[in-house]
Amino acid sequence: MTQEDITTKNATIQPKDFASDQDVRWCPGCGDYSILKQTQTILAEIGIPRENIVFVSGIGCSSRFPYYLNTYGMHTIHGRAPAIATGIKLARPELSVWIITGDGDALSIGGNHLIHILRRNVNIPILLFNNEIYGLTKGQYSPTSKEGMVSKSTPYGSLDHPFNPVLLAMGAEATFVARTMDRDPAHLREILKAGHLHKGSAFIEIYQNCNVFNDGAFEIFTEKDTKPLYTLFLEEKQPLVFGKNREWGIRLDGYKPQIVSLQDSGFGLDDLWIHDSRDRYKAQILATFFDDPRKENALPRPFGIIYQSQRPCYEDLVYQQIENVKGKNTKSLKEIIFGTATWEVH
Amino acid sequence: MKTTTLKDDIVVLFAGDSGDGMQLIGELLGYTSALSGNDISTFPNYPAEIRAPQGTLHGVSGFQIRLADHYIFTPGDEADILVAMNPAALKTNVRKLKPGGVIILNINSFDKKNLALAGYEIDPVEELSKQFKVFPIEITKIIRDQGKDSGLGTKQIDRSKNMFALGLVLWLLNKTTEQTATFIKRKFSDKPELLQLNLKALEAGYNYGETAELIISRTNVEKASLPSGTYRSITGNQGLALGLITSAHLAGTQLFYASYPITPASDILHELSKHKQLNVLTFQAEDEIAAISAAIGASFAGSLGVTATSGPGMDLKSEALGLAVMLELPLVVCDIQRGGPSTGLPTKTEQSDLLFAMFGRHGEAPLPVLAVSRPADCFETAIEACRLAIEFMTPVILLSDAYIANALEPWKIPDIDKIHSIEKTVLQENERHFAPYRRNEKGAREWAVPGVPGKEHRIGGLEKEDLTGNISYDPENHQHMVLTRKKKIENIAQYIPLQKVDSGSESGKMAIVGWGSTYGSIKTACEQLRNEGVEVSHIHLRYLNPFPSNLLQLLNGFEKILIPELNTGQLAFLLESHLKKPVEKLNKVKGVPFTVKEIKDKVLSIIR
Repeated sequence: MTQEDITTKNATIQPKDFASDQDVRWCPGCGDYSILKQTQTILAEIGIPRENIVFVSGIGCSSRFPYYLNTYGMHTIHGRAPAIATGIKLARPELSVWIITGDGDALSIGGNHLIHILRRNVNIPILLFNNEIYGLTKGQYSPTSKEGMVSKSTPYGSLDHPFNPVLLAMGAEATFVARTMDRDPAHLREILKAGHLHKGSAFIEIYQNCNVFNDGAFEIFTEKDTKPLYTLFLEEKQPLVFGKNREWGIRLDGYKPQIVSLQDSGFGLDDLWIHDSRDRYKAQILATFFDDPRKENALPRPFGIIYQSQRPCYEDLVYQQIENVKGKNTKSLKEIIFGTATWEVH
Repeated sequence: MKTTTLKDDIVVLFAGDSGDGMQLIGELLGYTSALSGNDISTFPNYPAEIRAPQGTLHGVSGFQIRLADHYIFTPGDEADILVAMNPAALKTNVRKLKPGGVIILNINSFDKKNLALAGYEIDPVEELSKQFKVFPIEITKIIRDQGKDSGLGTKQIDRSKNMFALGLVLWLLNKTTEQTATFIKRKFSDKPELLQLNLKALEAGYNYGETAELIISRTNVEKASLPSGTYRSITGNQGLALGLITSAHLAGTQLFYASYPITPASDILHELSKHKQLNVLTFQAEDEIAAISAAIGASFAGSLGVTATSGPGMDLKSEALGLAVMLELPLVVCDIQRGGPSTGLPTKTEQSDLLFAMFGRHGEAPLPVLAVSRPADCFETAIEACRLAIEFMTPVILLSDAYIANALEPWKIPDIDKIHSIEKTVLQENERHFAPYRRNEKGAREWAVPGVPGKEHRIGGLEKEDLTGNISYDPENHQHMVLTRKKKIENIAQYIPLQKVDSGSESGKMAIVGWGSTYGSIKTACEQLRNEGVEVSHIHLRYLNPFPSNLLQLLNGFEKILIPELNTGQLAFLLESHLKKPVEKLNKVKGVPFTVKEIKDKVLSIIR
C-alpha cells in the first residue's frame, strides 16, 4: 500500500479537528503558533485521515509540535527525528510521516541524520524551524546564527560561520528544497502543501521568529517596509523580480547573478533569469543567495521552491527489492533454519 | 608404516597470515567433521587488521577446532596438531601445542626474511623437533609446480596453499575430501581455473599424506553420541539471525533490523539481508544512533525493531535506549561484546558489558538483560529476548560475545511449529477512551500502532502522565511512573523459568555460577572435577535482569560460590549485592576464553 492509496478527500474535516486536547505552551508571540495553524489548515485540505498521519520531532521548542496535533506523534531525542521517521516510513510506507525540527536539532546535533535522509530521499516533508538561536536552553547561538552574534554563550560575539541550510540540502541532493517564513501565512501554506505533494524528502526551511531570545532576526525579510527590497519570491517560469514596485530584476551574467534596474539599465523583463525549479544548476546558484542583506549590492533572499526533481523514494526501492527477491528466493523459514547441510543423529 | 589410532577427541590449530585463508579451512574442517558425526567446537582467533604486513607476528590468524566422539563444550585447552604456514604463525602458536604434538610447516616460507620478522635468530625447526613431531613440507613449491599450467599468476596459485594444508589434515584425521570438494565447486562455480586449482591443491594435500613417508599414525575420531535429532552446524551470529526472523514470524509481524557495521556483529546484518523474502527488512543506517532510532521508529509503526552492535556502538545507543524505556516499545538490542574500553580489542572476546547493559543509561532506566551461552543456544535465547520485548513492551538487551559470534557448533534443529506464538499486547476494547499508558496484568501497555482510528496518541521522551501519556512535570506522577516502570521489569521474574542447575547437585559445597560464553569451559571443568571426586555444581544464567525468582534461594544452598568471568568481576558485583556475602572470583581479560584447566585449578585452590 502506498501513501496515495489511503488519501481520501474528506470535505467535512476541519483544521480544528487536527488540534489535540493539549494547551499550546509556546511563549506568547512565538512564530511557532503560525506554523502550527497553517499546518492544521493544510492537513484539513489534504484530506489524509488523522490516524494515518505521524508527526515526528526531535528536541527543541519546535519539537513540542506533535503534542498539539491530534494525529499519531513521537517527540523523540535531540537530532534523531530523521532516523526515527525513516524507521516508521520504511515499516509502514502508506503512512503520511512528517518531521518537525529546528536549527540546532537538524543542523547541529542531528546534522548527520538530516543529510542521510535527504540523500536517501525518504518520502517525508521536513519542516525546519530556523530561528537562529537555541530557545529551549534559553539563548545560546545556533549553527545558523550570524557571525559576531552576541548570545549567552558568546558574550564577545560568535566566531562560527553559519550554515546556509538551503545550500546544505542541495549538497545532500535533496529532491525538494524550499524556504518560507512564519509571517507570510499564505506562502507558508502554499509551500507546506507543495512539500506534502512532492514525492521524496521535502526540505522546507521556515524562518521563525523567536521573540524572546532573538527577536527580529528576520525582520528585514518579514516587515512590510523592508520585505520587498530584500526578498525574492520565486514563481515558476517567471522572471526574478523584486522591489517595492518590482523595479529590480536579476539576470545571469555567465554564471554570475547580477542585480539590474528595470527602470534605467536598459535591461527589460525579457533579459532576466526565468525561475525553473527543475533546473539543478540554476538552483545551485539560487541556493547561494545568502548575503548579509545590509551589505552593499547584497542579493535578495529567495523564498519559494528553489529546487524540485524526481528521484525514486527510498522506501519504494526497498519494497521493490523485496518483491524482486521474493521472485528469486522462495526459501521458507524452515528451509533457512535447516540450512545447506544437515545430518541425523539416532 | 601407516597405522590408525582411535582417539576420543583431537584439537587442530591452523595458523597463518591473515590472508592465508585459515578461517576458511577451519570452518570447512568443522563442517566436514560435523557432517561425519563428530561433535565440534571451534575458536576463531584473528587480528583486527584486515591484512597486517605479511609474515609479522601481529598478522597471524588462527582457527582452533576440536572434534570429538562425545558431547563437548570447549575447543580444547591445547592442540594436538598445529599447521603453521610461516614462522610467525609457528612462533605465536607453538605454546598452545601439547608436548609431543604434530607440527606441519610450510617450510618454503621459512626464509631469512620471515624468520627475522618472527623474531627467530636461528631456524627453530631443529630445536622444536626434540619436543614435537615436526613435518616440514614444501607446500609452496608443490602448489606452484602443479599450478604452472593453469594460466594463473603465482599470487593466485599461492593462495591455494590452504587447501593443501586442509587436504593433509583431512587425511590425518581419516576423513574424506568429498564435502570440501563440494564446497569448492560451489564457491568457484564461475571461475573454472580457480576451481581446478583449489581441487588439485586439496587432493595434493590428501595424497601427500597417502604417499609421503610420514611417520605418523592417522587419527580416527568416532561419531559422537549427541541427543537424537536433525543437526546442522551454526555460528552464534547465524543462530541469532535465525532466532530473530523466527521471533517476528511468531509475533506475526515484520522483522525490522537496522544496524551499522561493527566487528563482531556485522555478520548478523549479512545473514538477515539474505532473507528478505521472509518479511525481513534490513537497513544499514548512517551510524549506530540512527540504527537504533530507526528500529524504535519501526517498532512504533508495528514492526519488531531490532539492532545489534558491539561495545562502542552500545555507548552510542544508550540515549535511544533510554527513549525506548520511556516510550515502552518493543526493541531488542544485541550486544556482541568484544574487548574494551573504547576501540579495545575489536576481534577478541570479553564479557565486560554486563554492568553497562544493566546500568548504562542516565536516570532510572531498567530493562531486561539476557545472555547467550553458546552458538547452539543463540536461536532460543533470541526468541526469549523478543518475547519479553513484545509481551512486556520494553527494550531488551541480549548479550553475546566475539567468541560465540564466530564459533561453529552442531545445533539440533528445533521444530518451530512447536514454539509458542508471541502475543502482542492488546487491551480490552470496552474502554471508552483510548489511553496509551493503560496496562495489562503484566504491566505492559498496548502496542497501538498508527492506522487505527480513535487511538491517535503522542508519545515522547518527556515524563508522561500515567494513562494519558501527556507531558507531566508533576512530582508525584514522576515518582509513580519511575516505580511503575521498575516494577514492570522486576515482575518479569514471575514469567521466566526458574533457575536450574546445569550439572551437579542442587546444593552442596560449591557452585560455579557463570553467564555467557564461559559455559563450555565451566561445564567441562565441573564434569572433570566430579569425575575426579570433587563435588561441584554448575549454574549458568540466561536471565541477568531480572534474575529468576529462585536464584538467591538456590545459591544460598551452596557453601561457596565461584564466578568465573572474562571481566574483572561484574556478575560477582551484582550477585554480591543480592547475596550480601562475598563470592569467589576468577577473572581474565586476555581476549580469549577460559581454559578448562584454569577453572579446575581455581576450584582446587579454593577447596584445598
